[in-house]
Amino acid sequence: MLHLLSGDKPRSVVLTIILLVILISLAFAPFLFPGVRSLETAARICIFIVLVASYDLLLGYSGIVSFAHTMFFGLGAYGVALSSIHMGRGYDALIVGTVLGAIAAAALAWLIALFSLRVRAIFFAMITLAVASAVAVLVSQLSGLTGGEDGLNYKIPRDLTPANRLGEFLGVKVNGKTLNYYLVFFGSAALFLLLLRVVNSPFGRVLQAIRENDFRAEAVGYRVVWYRTVATCLSAATAALAGSLFAIWLRYVGPDTTLSFEIMLDILLMVVIGGMGTMYGAILGATLFVLAQNYLQTLMGAASEATHSLPLVPHLLDPDRWLLWLGVLFVLSVYFFPTGIVGRLRNGR
Amino acid sequence: MSQTLLETKDLTVRFGGHVAVDAVSCAFHAGELTAIVGPNGAGKTTYFNLISGQIPASAGSVSLLGEEVTKFSVAQRCRAGLGRAFQLTNLFPNLSVLENVRLVIQAHRNKGFSLLSMADSHHELTVEARAVLERVRLDTMEDQKVTELSHGNQRKLEVAMLIALDPMVYMFDEPTAGMSADEAPVVLDLIAELKAERERTILLVEHKMDVIRALADRIIVLHNGALAADGDPAEVMASDVVQEAYMGKALENV
Ligand SMILES: Nc1ncnc2c1ncn2[C@@H]1O[C@H](COP(=O)(O)OP(=O)(O)O)[C@@H](O)[C@H]1O
Ligand SMILES: [Mg+2]
Repeated sequence: MLHLLSGDKPRSVVLTIILLVILISLAFAPFLFPGVRSLETAARICIFIVLVASYDLLLGYSGIVSFAHTMFFGLGAYGVALSSIHMGRGYDALIVGTVLGAIAAAALAWLIALFSLRVRAIFFAMITLAVASAVAVLVSQLSGLTGGEDGLNYKIPRDLTPANRLGEFLGVKVNGKTLNYYLVFFGSAALFLLLLRVVNSPFGRVLQAIRENDFRAEAVGYRVVWYRTVATCLSAATAALAGSLFAIWLRYVGPDTTLSFEIMLDILLMVVIGGMGTMYGAILGATLFVLAQNYLQTLMGAASEATHSLPLVPHLLDPDRWLLWLGVLFVLSVYFFPTGIVGRLRNGR
Repeated sequence: MSQTLLETKDLTVRFGGHVAVDAVSCAFHAGELTAIVGPNGAGKTTYFNLISGQIPASAGSVSLLGEEVTKFSVAQRCRAGLGRAFQLTNLFPNLSVLENVRLVIQAHRNKGFSLLSMADSHHELTVEARAVLERVRLDTMEDQKVTELSHGNQRKLEVAMLIALDPMVYMFDEPTAGMSADEAPVVLDLIAELKAERERTILLVEHKMDVIRALADRIIVLHNGALAADGDPAEVMASDVVQEAYMGKALENV
C-alpha cells in the first residue's frame, strides 16, 4: 500500500480519514449515490483530480506557471472525439485518439518549453497564455474539423453506453455507463498514482530543488532547463490523458467543456485550495470545488426557501448568487489556509 | 610541478566600462591550496563567477583538467569537476538538511532523470549523504529544514554540499564568514583534511591572515580585478602589496 503511494504518506490523521472517505465514495459511487447527476459529479471529480494533480506537478513542485493546461486537456479530448468520428466508433479509435492526443500535448509542451524556459520562467507563463488563446480561437474557427463553438458529438463503443444493460447489482441497475465510470475511476487512479510516484522520485526531488533555488541546482550539476522541460511535457501529457477520459465519459467535446479559460481558473483555484506541492491537495481541491459547483446552487435554493420569512437573507441566498458565494468561499479558504487544506492539516493547526 | 587542474588565461569581464576582472592568467595544480586575497571589491567573487560560469567572460579562457570550458554552462562545468561553495549562503531552504546533501550526491551519480523509482529507495545516496553530514557535524540535524538552522550551521551545510560533490577543483568563497569562533574550526579542519588528500586543488578566498598562514601553499593577490602578486605565502605576505592592502590603504600605485 505504502509502495503504491510511493512512500508519500498523508501525514495527518484527519487528512487520511478525509482521503479514505473520498476514495470509498468514488470507488462505490454508482452504488452509494445512484442517479445520473451524482454519477456525472463523481466522474468529473475523478477527472479533475488528475487534471489538478498534473497542474500541481508544474505549479507546486516545479514552480512553473502555465496558462495552457486546459489546452492540453482539450488536445486529449479532441483527440478521442476526432478519432471516433473519422475512424468510426470502436476501442481502436479511443486508443489511437488517446495516444495521439497525449503525444501532441507533449510535443507542443516541448516546443513551448524550449522556446521560453531557456529565457526565463516568467516568459513561459506569457507564451502559454498566447498559445492557449491562439488554439482556442483556432478551434472555434476551424468549425469544419472541430465543430466550432458547438463542439463534436460522436459514438463510443456500445459496451460503455447506457444501452448496454447488464442487470441489477445491490439494487442498482448496472449498465455500460457504470462500466464507463469504472474506466474513468481506475484510469484516474492510475494516473494519480503515477504522478505521485514521479514527484517522489529522484526526478521529483530535483524539481523541488529547482523550485527552491534554481541557481544552486544548476551549480550542483542539474541542467535546469531540461528538468523543467521534461516536467512540462509530463504534465501536459497527463492533462491530455485526463481529457481523453473526459471525452470518453461525456461522448461530447466542445470549447466550453475542455478549453475554456474559466476551467483554467478553476484548476488554479483547486490547486491553491487543496495545497500546492502536495499532490493530495488535488484530491481535496477538486472534490470540494466540483461539489460546490454542482450542489451549491441546490443548497442555496433550499436555504433561501427555508429563510423566506426573514428580510434580506433569502435574497443573499438566492441560487443566482452562487458564484458570489463560491468567490467568498475561495477568499476565505485562501485567507485561513494559505498553504491549502493539506498544508493546514499537516501542520495540525 | 604537479598536474594543472584549472587554468585561466587573460580572463576578463567588464560591466559597462568597469573592468571587474582584468586579464587574470593563473594555473592551479593538484595538491595545492591557493589563497586568494584582496580588498573588498577587488574582484575575487567575480573571478570565481567567471570560473564556475555564472557570469560569461568578456575575454580570455578557462580550462578544467586540460579541457577548455569557457563555453560550458554552469551545470556542465560542475559535471566536468568544478565545485563551488558560495559566499552568501545558497541552499535549498525548504528542504531538509539531508535532502540538500542527498540532491548533490544524486546529481553526481546521475540519478536525476530517474522518474519511476522512489527517491528514498536509493539507500546508497542517503548513506553517502549521512557520511558527509557527519564530517561537518550536522548529522544530528538531518531532518531539520534549512531555514531552521543557525547561520553557522548553514555555512557548514554549504561546505558539506561541496564535499558531497567531490570535485577536482574546490572553490571556497569566505567559508567562515559570519561563523562564531567555535564553529569556524570545523570548517577549517575540513579544508585542511581535503588539502591533505593532495589530489585536488583548492581555491580559498579568505580574509583572516592566521587561517591563510596555516593552510595556504600559495597566495594570489587581486587588486582592482588584476593579478597583483602571486607566490609563496611568506614572500607575498611580506610584500608591499599585501602590507598596504591590509593596512586598509588604497593600492593606487601597483
Ligand atoms: N553582476 C555585476 N554587475 C556589475 N558590477 C559587478 C557585478 N558583479 C560584481 N561587480 C563589481 O565588480 C567588483 C568586484 O566585486 P566582487 O568580485 O564581489 O569583489 P570581492 O569578492 O573581491 O569583494 C565590484 O566593484 C562589484 O561592484
Ligand atoms: Mg566576495
